[in-house]
Amino acid sequence: MAPDTGTAQAAPPARGDDPPVGTPAVVVGGVSRPPQQLRNKNTWGRALRKDWRLYTFLVLPIIYLLIFRYTPMVGNVVAFRRFRPGSSMFGDEWVGFYYFQAFIQDPKFWEVFLNTVILGALTLIVVFPLPIVLALMLNELRSRRFKKVAQTITYLPHFMSMVIVAGFVFELTAINGTINQIISGLGNDPISFMQKAEWFRQIYVSSEIWQTVGFGTILYLAALTTIDDQLYEAARIDGANRWQQTWHITLPGIRPTIVVLLILNIGTFMAVGFEKVLLLYNPLTYPTADVIATYLYRVGINSGSFSYAAAIGLFEAVIGLTLVLSANVIAKRTVGASLW
Amino acid sequence: MVTTDVPDIARVREVPRTVKDTASYTIFRVVNATVLVVICAVTLYPFVNLAAKAFSSQGYIMAGQVNLWPRGFNLTTLEWLAQQERFWTGYGNTIIQTVGGTTIAMVLTTTMAYALAKKHLKGRGIVIAMVVVTMFFNGGLIPNYLLITNLGFKNTVWAIIVPNAISAFNLLVMKAFFENFPSELEEAAAIDGMTTYGIFFRIVLPLSKAVIATMILFYAVFFWNSWFPAMLYLSDAELQPVTLYLRNLLAGASGAGREAGMEEVQIGSNLKAVTMLLTVIPIIAVYPFVQKYFVTGVMLGSVKG
Repeated sequence: MAPDTGTAQAAPPARGDDPPVGTPAVVVGGVSRPPQQLRNKNTWGRALRKDWRLYTFLVLPIIYLLIFRYTPMVGNVVAFRRFRPGSSMFGDEWVGFYYFQAFIQDPKFWEVFLNTVILGALTLIVVFPLPIVLALMLNELRSRRFKKVAQTITYLPHFMSMVIVAGFVFELTAINGTINQIISGLGNDPISFMQKAEWFRQIYVSSEIWQTVGFGTILYLAALTTIDDQLYEAARIDGANRWQQTWHITLPGIRPTIVVLLILNIGTFMAVGFEKVLLLYNPLTYPTADVIATYLYRVGINSGSFSYAAAIGLFEAVIGLTLVLSANVIAKRTVGASLW
Repeated sequence: MVTTDVPDIARVREVPRTVKDTASYTIFRVVNATVLVVICAVTLYPFVNLAAKAFSSQGYIMAGQVNLWPRGFNLTTLEWLAQQERFWTGYGNTIIQTVGGTTIAMVLTTTMAYALAKKHLKGRGIVIAMVVVTMFFNGGLIPNYLLITNLGFKNTVWAIIVPNAISAFNLLVMKAFFENFPSELEEAAAIDGMTTYGIFFRIVLPLSKAVIATMILFYAVFFWNSWFPAMLYLSDAELQPVTLYLRNLLAGASGAGREAGMEEVQIGSNLKAVTMLLTVIPIIAVYPFVQKYFVTGVMLGSVKG
């Protein structure tokens, strides 16, 4: 290796059987000169001269990120400042935690907070495990064609606009829709589902299942393909039945995937499907359907109380961040898998 | 074409013929297959029901007699909707916003991913951190709304196509792809005197068609399905996409029924079904052909974490 590569002495020998002859000389030379050269190589002036064309690729994206991603993050200070229409988007004068206190004392606070927690928890408990089950079921199929068709069909709802999903919900739950036809067929009175607060959560969770479970299997199916077939063979020889094989080989094999996805899901726990709720709810179902995000939307966009709404949004974001960080720590301690 | 290694998730496990299933496992397999068929049927049912309602007469729908098959076959609603200018304006807007948004997003994402894939680039770490932060934090509804309003984007197409240009997820997937690009090709081109621009446009891009197609699809589906930004920023009906047209119809806020002579057209469920059908058809038509790209994209992303 040429003496001008300063990292030569740190790099392992290219071939294992190379005798380390001359190594001391390289180290002696390397200590005195190359670090100097390394520092020279790394100055911004040199980097810009050498890679200026690459940097031109970054100019627009960085400007973009600063304006459309970072300015709104900074823009959250409006939650601590009084906003006047037509004035600065960052607000006019400091008011401290005034708007946060107002939210906690808001008569709607407990309703929207609990609705958010309940919808989030239901989604996590009911919807999250289902893709695992479906992936395991698909994994037991022996016909490649059947498996492919089943995958294609169950992924489809994922590609539908939320408006279409809401449209399906309205059609199926309508007073003359399929579900009510079944109810009348069984001799009961039809139910106007979308006007009844006590039905909102069931409808929301069911539509989540329909829309997300199929596509959610992809990562589990990918993890399943990495499990070594020899493990199953060995288990069979040891007399393990299929159920025992699933329990002792398949599930441990996909455990890291489960943990990572669980952490990610806990992180979005508070951000329950805002768009879906907004499309499905109405004033009659507010008692169970109104979540923090939809309340924020009405307060901010419909009523124009931007500072108050920004405070609500920040409140929600802080809880979400706390949840994902704690879930990550717990996962790291207990099962040794984490996001970072 | 440079391809990437992703597991074949349609693979089925080979079971040696010498191993005989126990009776209980055979029962399990039958039950399992049956349940999967039922799951597929339930997944498809809303689409079938929608098509049936779209071609039925309003009377049968109101009586709750339309499920799998149209009753009182009726095309008048379809014909009526096909003549609605507002609907086709919406469709045109959806196409404009999808093409425009995807183009801007692809230009920014591809160039940025390529530069960030060069490990020797000084300052690379800071920029990557800048991108990753946007995965975990976003400004939230109100500050974004105030920003877009302050920029004067309200009631312009820019409000839809610009703010969602760089998805951190897509960017990291592309960066991972470019990092695995065989560097010998680029080095050979550099020795032949090509600049970074030449290498990028004439060597790297033509060999990255698979990942580019995947990213285009990710962005295009996002813009095609998007409706909420349009509701926030586009009060001018001439600019609204078809998803918002449909949303207004579902919410009963649209004048679609009232504008039309009531007796000419059967509104209500039937009209909603026809509108939904015309909105989903393009996606269903291309879906079987592009599905594999999505699956690949999702798995590429997961490899990178």
